[in-house]
Amino acid sequence: MTHTSAKQSLFEVTDHTKRRNASERRFRRYGQAAIGIGLLMLLTLAYTIVSKGTGAFQQTFVTLNIELLESKLDKKGNRDLEEMKKVSTFGYAPLIATAFENLAAEREIKTKIKAKEMAQIISKSAPSQLRDRVLDDPALIGQTVEFTLLANSWIDGYLKGRVTRENAQNNKNISVQQLDFVDELVALGVVEKRFNIGFITGADASDQRPEDAGIGVAMIGSLLMMIVVLLLSLPIGVAASIYLEEFAPKNWITDVIEVNIANLAAVPSIVFGILGLAIFINTMHFPQSAPLVGGLVLTLMTLPTIIISTRAALKAVPPSIRSAALGLGASQMQSVFHHVLPLAAPGILTGTIIGLAQALGETAPLLLIGMIGYIATNMPETVTDALLAPNSVMPAQIYEWAKRADPAFYERAWGGIIILLVFLITMNTLAVVLRRRFERRW
Amino acid sequence: MSNLAILLGIAIIATASYVLGRYKVAGTSQTLHSLPRYYCLFALICAVVPPIVLFLAWLGIAPFFTSGPISAQITPAIIPEGGSASLVMADIQRLANGVMQATRAGLIDFSALGDTTNLDVLGETLAAAGLIFGTKIDPAVFALTQDYIVRYEIGHDVMTLLLLGATILGALWGLYQIRPSFWARNAVERVLRLVLMLAAGLAILTTVGIVFSMLFETVNFVRLHAWQDFFFGLNWAPNFHGDSELAILPLLWGTLYISAVALAVAVPIGIFAAIYLSEYATKSLRSIAKPLLEVLAGIPTIVYGLFALVVFGPFLKDWFGDGGFLGVNWMSDARSVATAGIVMGIMLIPFVSSLSDDIINAVPQSLRDGSYGLGATQSETIKRVILPAALPGIVGAILLAASRAIGETMIVVLGAGAIARFTANPLEALTTITTRIVSQLTGDGDFNSPETLVAFALGLSLFVITLGLNIIALMIVRKYREQYE
Repeated sequence: MTHTSAKQSLFEVTDHTKRRNASERRFRRYGQAAIGIGLLMLLTLAYTIVSKGTGAFQQTFVTLNIELLESKLDKKGNRDLEEMKKVSTFGYAPLIATAFENLAAEREIKTKIKAKEMAQIISKSAPSQLRDRVLDDPALIGQTVEFTLLANSWIDGYLKGRVTRENAQNNKNISVQQLDFVDELVALGVVEKRFNIGFITGADASDQRPEDAGIGVAMIGSLLMMIVVLLLSLPIGVAASIYLEEFAPKNWITDVIEVNIANLAAVPSIVFGILGLAIFINTMHFPQSAPLVGGLVLTLMTLPTIIISTRAALKAVPPSIRSAALGLGASQMQSVFHHVLPLAAPGILTGTIIGLAQALGETAPLLLIGMIGYIATNMPETVTDALLAPNSVMPAQIYEWAKRADPAFYERAWGGIIILLVFLITMNTLAVVLRRRFERRW
Repeated sequence: MSNLAILLGIAIIATASYVLGRYKVAGTSQTLHSLPRYYCLFALICAVVPPIVLFLAWLGIAPFFTSGPISAQITPAIIPEGGSASLVMADIQRLANGVMQATRAGLIDFSALGDTTNLDVLGETLAAAGLIFGTKIDPAVFALTQDYIVRYEIGHDVMTLLLLGATILGALWGLYQIRPSFWARNAVERVLRLVLMLAAGLAILTTVGIVFSMLFETVNFVRLHAWQDFFFGLNWAPNFHGDSELAILPLLWGTLYISAVALAVAVPIGIFAAIYLSEYATKSLRSIAKPLLEVLAGIPTIVYGLFALVVFGPFLKDWFGDGGFLGVNWMSDARSVATAGIVMGIMLIPFVSSLSDDIINAVPQSLRDGSYGLGATQSETIKRVILPAALPGIVGAILLAASRAIGETMIVVLGAGAIARFTANPLEALTTITTRIVSQLTGDGDFNSPETLVAFALGLSLFVITLGLNIIALMIVRKYREQYE
C-alpha cells in the first residue's frame, strides 16, 4: 500500500480511486459504443434499403389513346391472324408516335420535338405490348383504344428525381426538350406515377428496358427451390439426427460423423456450389440453372443446420419420457417415434424454418450452377418444366441487376431486397412465434 | 412403359401387399408376436426395397451397355474443333432424349427413321418443339444416336421387367413370411434403423463428394498447368493464348487482407458488445439489443454486397477520392479493400459477439465474486479475471469469424474489385479466391481449360484453409466448455 497514507479517511476519494473509477466509466462507454455502432449499422442498412428500394414499387405510366390503323396492321382487311403476325413490332411503333402527335395537337402542347422523339419517352417494350393486345383481340383494329404504357426508365428516373435536367444535357438517351414535354404531360395527367404490380409479378427484362423488369419469375424459382429443400432436408435431417442422438453407438465412426457435421456447417457456401457443378451438372448431366439442381445444392448446405438444431431439440426432451415409454413395453424405436419426436417437433420446425431462411438468401453457390446471366422471362408451365427449365432465384436476380451497373437497375435490386427481406422476416417471425407458443420447459 | 408407369406399378403392388398382409394377419387365430400393422409394413418393405436396390445397381451397370460402347465408337474425326469425346457423348444423349420425347409426343416416328432421313428437317422439328438447341445434326453423330437409342430402349425394357419382377417376388416373399411366430416389429425396426443410419451417413458422403469432386478436377488442372506456378507464382493473369499465369498467392493476399480488415472491425466491436451485454446491460436492454445485433447475421450477404457497391464504396470515395472532402486522391475506384472489408466486418459483428457472449456467461460466477471480494471494480474484474478465463473460447470465436470472412463471396464479388496484385493500400481494389472462383466458373471459357479448372484448385485450397480454421476453433471451444462443466 504505497499510495494511501495512514492518516487519510476512507471517505476521501483519492487520485488513485478517481483513476480507477474513470477507467471503469471509460470501459463501460466502450461497451456502449460497440453496441451503439452495431445498432447504428443495422439502422443504416434498414434506412438504405427502404429509401432506395421503395422506388421500385412505383413506376411511371403514360396513358395514351392509340388509333389502331387498319392500313398498317391488317392491309388486306381480312383479320387473318397468320397474316397479322407478319407485322412485327416495328410496324406498331409509328402508331405510338402518331398518337403523341395527335395528343400534342389536341391539348395544344407547344414543343419543338418531333413525334418520333415524343415516342421515345415510352418504354421499348410498348410496341410489343400493343402487338400482343391486338393479336389477342383483332376486333380492336380500326378503333381508338386507350393504352397504359410504361414510360422509359429515364423518364421514370426524372419523375423520381434520379435523372435531372443537368444529367439530361449530356445524355444521348434523353434531351431537355423531352423533359419539358414530359412536364407538360404530367400537368395534364397523361404521365403519372402509380403502384407497379408488374415489379412483383413480372419477369426480368433485357438491360435496355429496366422499367419492364420484375422479380415475379425469380420468386417462383425461389419458391420451387425452397420446396425441394424442404422435402429433402427435413426428412433426411430428422432421420440423421434421430440416429445420431438416439441410436448411434459411441464409437469412432459416430465421432467422425459428428465432427463432420459440425465442420460442414462452417464450410463456405461457395464450396457447395463447386460440388453441385462438379457432381450434378458435369457428372450427372442435370440441366444448368434448374431449380431442382439449386434445391439439391442448397439441401446439402442446409442439412447440417437442420441436423444441429434437431439434435438440440431431441436432447431437450427429458430422458424420463423415454424411460417411461420403455417401461411400458415400447421398443426403442416406438419410444422415439411415438413420444420423443412429437415432443421435439416445435424445436425441429423452428430449426428447419431458420435453415430454409438461410437457404433462401444464399447466392454464391447458385451462381456456379448457372443461375446468372440468364434472363428469366417465362413463367413455368408444367411441374417438370418448373423443376428442370432454367429459372432464376431472388438473390441471383438481385445480383444480376446489381451487375448491370445502371441506377435504374440498382433501384430494382433494392426493391428485390425489400421483397426478399419480407419473406425472411416472415419466416423468422414464424420461427420465433412457434418457439414461444410451443416451447416446453421441463 | 414410362418411368411414371413403372413407379405407379411398384406403388400398386406394394399397396396390394400391405392389404393382403392385413387379410393374412386377420385370418390367424393365434396370438401374434407384433402388432398387426408391423406384419403389413414388413410385406410393404419387402415389396419396395428390392426394386430400389436393383435400380441403384442398374444406374451403376447401365452405362456399360448403353453409353459405354457408344463412346468407344466416337472417333477423333467426329469430335469437332476444340471439343472432346465427353462433349460429343453429351450431345448424343441430348439428341437421343429429344428424339425419344418427340416420338412419345407423336411428332416423329423413331422406328421409321433410317439412315436416309433428312437431318435438317428432323433438327428443325426437334428445335421447334424445344427439345434440342440448334438445328444442325451431324450425320455421324446421328448414326451413333440411333444406335444409342436402340440400346437404351432395350436396356429400359429389361430394367422395367427386372424392377416389376423384383417387386412382385419381394411382396410374395414378405407375405409368405407372415406367421404369428414371426418377429415382424423387430424386422421392420431393423430396416428403419438402417434408413436412419444411411441418412446420417449422407453427411460423410457430402464431405467425400466435396473433397473428391474438387480433387479430381484439381488433378486435371495440374496435368495442364504447372503446380509450381499455382503455388509459388506471383501473377494472376488468365488469358486465352494458353500461357496464363495462375498463381494463388496474389489472391491469397487479397483474401487475407480483406479478412484482416473485416476482423479489425468485427473483433473489437463484437467483444466489447459481448462484454457489455453479458456484464453490464440490464435484462431489458439485453433482451432487445442481442436479437437486434443478431439480425445483422441473418441479412443475406447479397444485401451487404449491394450496400458496399452502391452506398459504402461511393461514400468512401467521396472522402478519399479525387476531389473528395479530404482533398486527397487516394482512391480511384469505389471498390476497394476497405469497402469490402469494413462492410464484411459489420456482418461479422454478431458472429463474434454471440459466441463471445455465451463464453463469457459460461465463466463461473464464483470467479467474479472472488474478484469483487478482493475489491476490484467491475471493469478490473472483467479485464483481469473474466477475459483471461474466457480467452481460449474467444479466440475460437474469432477463428470461426475468420473462416467465415475467408469464405465470404458476395460482398467481395460486388465490393472488392477484380485486380490481383500485392498492394498494402487499403483504398485500392484487390481480388480474392472466392471472386476468382465465381469469375472463372461463370465465364464462357472451355470447361477443360486450365483457366476454368483452376477454380477447382482454388476451391480445394479454400476448403482446406477454412476446414483447418474450423477444426482448430471447434477444438478450442469444445475444450474450453469442458473446462467449466
